[in-house]
Amino acid sequence: MHKLVAPRDVFGSTLVEIGRVNERLFVVNADLSAATKTDKFSIEFPDRFINVGICEQNMAGVAAGLARVGFIPVMSTFACFAPGRCYDQIRQSIAYTNLNVKIASTHPGLAVGVDGATHQSLDDLALMRALPNMTVLAPSDQVQTRKAVLKAVEHEGPVYLRIGRMECPVFFGEEMEFEIGKAYVLREGTDVTLIAHGSMVGVIYEAAQILAEKGIQARVIDMPSIKPLDREAIRQAAEETKAIVTAEDHFLYGGLYSAVCEVVAGLVPVRGVAVRDRFGESGTAAELYEKYGLTSDNVVAEVFHALA
Amino acid sequence: MNESTVAQLKKTALQVRLDCINIQRLVGSGHLGGSLSAVELLVYLYFYRMRIDPQDPWAEERDIFILSKGHASLGYYSVLARRGFFPVEELKTYRRINSRLQGHTQMDSAPGIECSSGSLGQGLSFGLGMALGYKKQGRPNQVYVMVGDGELQEGQIWEAVILQSRLRLDNLILIIDQNHLQLDDYVQNVAGDENYLERFRAFGFHAIGVDGHDFRAIDRAFQELQPGRANVIVADTVKGKGISFMENEIPWHAKKLSAEEYEAALTELKKEEASYA
Repeated sequence: MHKLVAPRDVFGSTLVEIGRVNERLFVVNADLSAATKTDKFSIEFPDRFINVGICEQNMAGVAAGLARVGFIPVMSTFACFAPGRCYDQIRQSIAYTNLNVKIASTHPGLAVGVDGATHQSLDDLALMRALPNMTVLAPSDQVQTRKAVLKAVEHEGPVYLRIGRMECPVFFGEEMEFEIGKAYVLREGTDVTLIAHGSMVGVIYEAAQILAEKGIQARVIDMPSIKPLDREAIRQAAEETKAIVTAEDHFLYGGLYSAVCEVVAGLVPVRGVAVRDRFGESGTAAELYEKYGLTSDNVVAEVFHALA
Repeated sequence: MNESTVAQLKKTALQVRLDCINIQRLVGSGHLGGSLSAVELLVYLYFYRMRIDPQDPWAEERDIFILSKGHASLGYYSVLARRGFFPVEELKTYRRINSRLQGHTQMDSAPGIECSSGSLGQGLSFGLGMALGYKKQGRPNQVYVMVGDGELQEGQIWEAVILQSRLRLDNLILIIDQNHLQLDDYVQNVAGDENYLERFRAFGFHAIGVDGHDFRAIDRAFQELQPGRANVIVADTVKGKGISFMENEIPWHAKKLSAEEYEAALTELKKEEASYA
């Protein structure tokens, strides 16, 4: 069994870790530091931290300005508020200017749970993926999340980081090397390929075990880099396996499913497990994943559909 | 500010107005009204006040000007060109394919362009981030941000005003080009009372009102900026200033000059030019 840990917790400590060696790191908060875990950074580096207030649009602009004079700002809030509340500011002041801002958003997807549909960001990857100059990362476990934050800060240019809140199995050892644009094969297989990011990686891993019992060998790919995509890994999956099933805590439209389809359109059947053109609601994350079909059983069902 | 400086700045302002109508006539597009209202403020900043070097446009110690009302790019590019950031000849490429002079500004597309604007309301936050960064670094750079009065209707402006009312960054100078008109209507018909001085004072700003077309008055206003405070200069201006049939006329927000209108505008500006000789 893999140990369960919430990636969000490692985000805060990683910022502190980077802050100790990189004086250019600056954390910009819109009154959610206790929830996003940037409060640790604010205690150790009060001079490189600002709470701009409940003002996400202003947060994006202030972060852009800080980047323009040489800081590496990490602006952090919930994914429903960035990009949700400041898409145009990200578009004009960060992406179009190609400034070195890191947008680190926590609490993505249905996994937010009881707060309900307003807080369940299911379109953030679609919005961020559409923007030129933007790198989009959705790491899975806590090891990958820490390394993704380190890489995002190292990378020159705007990055959107989607950081999970839900407890997830830890798949990676500390030795793993995170590369932007690289996919990670967690399990080899030649019948079908399952691809996911974030909290759904554990779900497809479990689905692969169910499929193995039924005589189907599934390749399991963790795809933390939504943009740029590891196109080679997807092409290989299309050539070496008979179908692809994606899974994500995001709308079906515009996220990983769309991205994979764009690479292999017409080559192999591609099915997607995601939230289908409707808003979420209140409930526990587990209840919502069940109700909205973000389950290993549904991944298995889609595999049979794709192979039929 | 002495007599000869004022005379020189007025000549430059007139040259910028000529550029505005010449380029708009040539390329068939561009926002004249809000470009013309800002001419004296821009000329004052670029030809008198700011520490800038067109030969070294990205110098670390430079002052920064952020044009948040990006549709005034027509006049802004003319000022940059006349100041020597790029050739005046290049103004002819404005809004054309493969040009560095985009319809609304793009940061660093040409030397001197310090922000991307066009979607209104974003420049103050951007300038605030820069000013905050400079303070943290202990550097002396000044950041000037120009917004329009119509632009004050954007909520993001007030988010930034709230933060500036707390931080009181005195290296950030907000300038409002209050030309009283917006695209559809008079500002007061859309947004009510134009009591910006009072509003900014209520936020704790040191707010200075000034005639935005009078160089001496503009200079006095900038001398009144106070250290340790949030400062704003509310410049009373005329949309379409300098060309009588455009002044205070709603349609001249972005209207295209006809051949006859161009000739009339040119005659008027040439007459003004002759009076300076």
